[in-house]
Amino acid sequence: MSYDPNFPHASSEYAEEPTTEPTDPRDEDSAEEAQERLSQVHATAGGTSGAVHGWDPDRPLLEVTDLDITFTTSGGEVPAVRGANLTVYPGQTVAIVGESGSGKTTTAMSVAGLLASNGRVSGGSIVFQDEDVSKASGKRIRQLRGDEIGMVPQDPMSNLNPLWKIGFQIKESLTANKVAKGKAADKRVVELLEEAGLPDAARRAKQYPHEFSGGMRQRALIAMGLAARPSLLIADEPTSALDVTVQRQILDHLDVLTGQLGIAVLLITHDLGLAAERAQHLVVMYRGQVVESGPALEILQNPQHPYTQRLIAAAPSLSSQRMVSSLHNRDEEPAGGRQPARAGRTDDVIVAENLTRVFDIRGGAPWVKAAPFTAVDDVSFTLKRGTTLGIVGESGSGKSTVAQMVLGLLPPTSGRVLFEGQDIGEKSKQELFALRRLMQPVFQNPYGSIDPTYSIFRTIEEPLRLHGTRSRSEREIRVRELLDQVALPAATMQRYPNELSGGQRQRIAVARALALRPEVLVLDEAVSALDVLVQDQVLALLNDLQAELDLSYVFITHDLAVVRQIADRTMVMETGRVVEHGATEEVFRSPQQEYTRRLLDAIPGGSIPLAGSGR
Amino acid sequence: MAWYVLRRVLQMIPVFFGATFLVYFLVFSMPGDPIAALGGNKPLSPAVQDRLRAEYNLDEPFIVQYLLYLQGLAQGDFGTTFAGRPVIDDIRRAFPVTARLALVAIVFEAVFGIIAGVISGLRKGTWIDSTLLVTSILVIAVPTFVIGFVAQFVFGVKLGLVTINVGANVTWMNLLLPGMVLGAVSFAYVLRLTRTQITETMTADHVRTATAKGLSRPRVITVHILRNSLIPVVTFLGVDLGQLMGGAIVTEGIFNIPGLGFNLFDAIQRGESTKMVSMVTLLVIIFIISNLLIDLLYALLDPRIRYDARK
Repeated sequence: MSYDPNFPHASSEYAEEPTTEPTDPRDEDSAEEAQERLSQVHATAGGTSGAVHGWDPDRPLLEVTDLDITFTTSGGEVPAVRGANLTVYPGQTVAIVGESGSGKTTTAMSVAGLLASNGRVSGGSIVFQDEDVSKASGKRIRQLRGDEIGMVPQDPMSNLNPLWKIGFQIKESLTANKVAKGKAADKRVVELLEEAGLPDAARRAKQYPHEFSGGMRQRALIAMGLAARPSLLIADEPTSALDVTVQRQILDHLDVLTGQLGIAVLLITHDLGLAAERAQHLVVMYRGQVVESGPALEILQNPQHPYTQRLIAAAPSLSSQRMVSSLHNRDEEPAGGRQPARAGRTDDVIVAENLTRVFDIRGGAPWVKAAPFTAVDDVSFTLKRGTTLGIVGESGSGKSTVAQMVLGLLPPTSGRVLFEGQDIGEKSKQELFALRRLMQPVFQNPYGSIDPTYSIFRTIEEPLRLHGTRSRSEREIRVRELLDQVALPAATMQRYPNELSGGQRQRIAVARALALRPEVLVLDEAVSALDVLVQDQVLALLNDLQAELDLSYVFITHDLAVVRQIADRTMVMETGRVVEHGATEEVFRSPQQEYTRRLLDAIPGGSIPLAGSGR
Repeated sequence: MAWYVLRRVLQMIPVFFGATFLVYFLVFSMPGDPIAALGGNKPLSPAVQDRLRAEYNLDEPFIVQYLLYLQGLAQGDFGTTFAGRPVIDDIRRAFPVTARLALVAIVFEAVFGIIAGVISGLRKGTWIDSTLLVTSILVIAVPTFVIGFVAQFVFGVKLGLVTINVGANVTWMNLLLPGMVLGAVSFAYVLRLTRTQITETMTADHVRTATAKGLSRPRVITVHILRNSLIPVVTFLGVDLGQLMGGAIVTEGIFNIPGLGFNLFDAIQRGESTKMVSMVTLLVIIFIISNLLIDLLYALLDPRIRYDARK
């Protein structure tokens, strides 16, 4: 299809409207507003969704049959997708759900002919509008891309060319698909950005990607994917790299846009809750095969395949309980009873008093004055022994800065941190070194926090060596014990990080943190980079370890759903300040602040009733 | 940007003093007596030698010599050669020659290196890629003087296409072959760097997104692959230009080109300390300035680079 200037799509009608001031400080537009704008536009357009594309709504737009995809690697032919089937009708949203490596992205990319150069369709067919695109010529596929099959990619950080202005990159899509060119295209770019919910679009179009936040970039990518009005939009994890609240706004917006324009969506996600909320039809993939497909609610409430059942059980967004370790009963066992008492042990392991951290930001030139920036503002909390404190907030809320101050890695501007009643700010270097033994961090990225050139043994024994376990045999015994604690075989010792999966690496990171028998673990987004099933396993492991070793956790995350599973108390942070602080159940049952409510609402799939969950 | 430029300019001060001091010291410690050697087979009388030493401050202790030299520099005096010519005159004559030679070399390595690198990168694994890679390894492995003599022999002596001895006759035409010899090794590096960058960019997410928009293959290559790939190549070329400006002792020697390298070599052989120190200092300054310009150019090419980024 082409852009007809007489056909009032979501176009200039609302461009002249006075722009409503966004309420959100991060320039994010609310979904209701977008809905309102679009329905106005739609009313003027007077069309129905099916009419936009002129494809019979009862015939499948896309029909994938017995699809096999093979990759040629140095180790030979590797099948990535085996016998996959799926159907998308015009205007319908279909979600492919699965963990990383399940073949969901590969399947979707093959539809647009975008497989990596070593991949090929080795069997089956991909029929798009009565035409098998798997056998189409390169020229034909280029014709289809953009104006028939659009794409919104996964990672907004890496999917825009950093060297070209946003407007230029969207305009390319218009000119390449002969929708508009020259001045008209420039004007259209601004309209498209506005339509995607980007305020101040005319100015924004002239900026570079690095001047955009993640959410804004994703909106630009949506504008790009929809620019030539495709009939099918492939959305590959379009929001998994974003904060939950932004995630919700963008998905809502995408829903509204594709709904109004009658665009079918093939949504790829690892989050079952999100898929169920957004799609009418689900396709569950596991190790290259479709294991289950059907109407979303039906699958969620009555999953047939064991993998789907596991996926549902693990989805943090769908469960509501604090995990209880099988190892002990939290109510009966008094905290601190198992470990031999160490001198100076107190029930309040960590007390933070009025922590504030101000950073000086240098001006653009020697004569411009430095501007102070308050990253953390008057934060106080108490961590009781054997419990977990969850610190929740979006990126930039100051939660990681709090973690650094607690660990004694960053001195607070004012306020203090007491570890078992002693101010860590007053400790000497040696005392701090000894203290670090008792307080260990685990970081988000298991790929970045483990040295790839160290064997697993060396990674775990390093802290032991540093803190004076002299004999190698003693260290080896301890490493074996630790691997056993994190449920990895002792043979893992000889292996290297690149041979392990993300979940295994995170277990190694936990083992290393536990090596010195600490009392406190500071877990900074420790499970955020993991797939749901693996995330669930690591959370269960952390929970068991807590019960077994009487550990106290400071658990930092942007994901409220995870906090509900692991934290006893929850502290919600926004722009450096604590906006809510209380027992986790209370925070979830009756959030006092608007901000917390917004975070809670943003959990995908939170409102979907599950069979047997009692909600 | 202002912060950055200021910092870089201030950094030049210690580099300047460090470089002049070091070079002066090395020249001072060189064995042999340049004044005694002036007369060759017929030694100068001790009285003349003493007068010359006094004239060139060679009878002073090292640190006094150095300070006197700096004092001269501050007044714009680069010193005098033993033959009585101001050093600045020699530099004025040699510098344009070297600049021309460097320009020929840089254009050669940029144009051919990038073209070959792009072809190689886009056709990774084909016979043309392998041929270009083998050629580049060969060029890197063979020393410049071998390439120089072979080129001179084949194109000059055998085929008679170029002048063997450039001498005072410094035309662009005559500098063509020397320039190519001088740029040969860098040509190979540019080829390899471009190839690596292209293959890396080709698999970038944003290139896939560009393809998904429905862009034609040539457009994806020129707009989304080439520009991104060439940024590090431009940086390399910039650093190389700084180096080439410093003259090429070997190449200028082979083809008898009276550039900076040639003059410097001559000065070293004669033990002319003032000339040596002045020329080396000039080269250091050229190198520092060209490096600063490259870094600023880098910021122009890549909008993400802001030297005073707000953290």
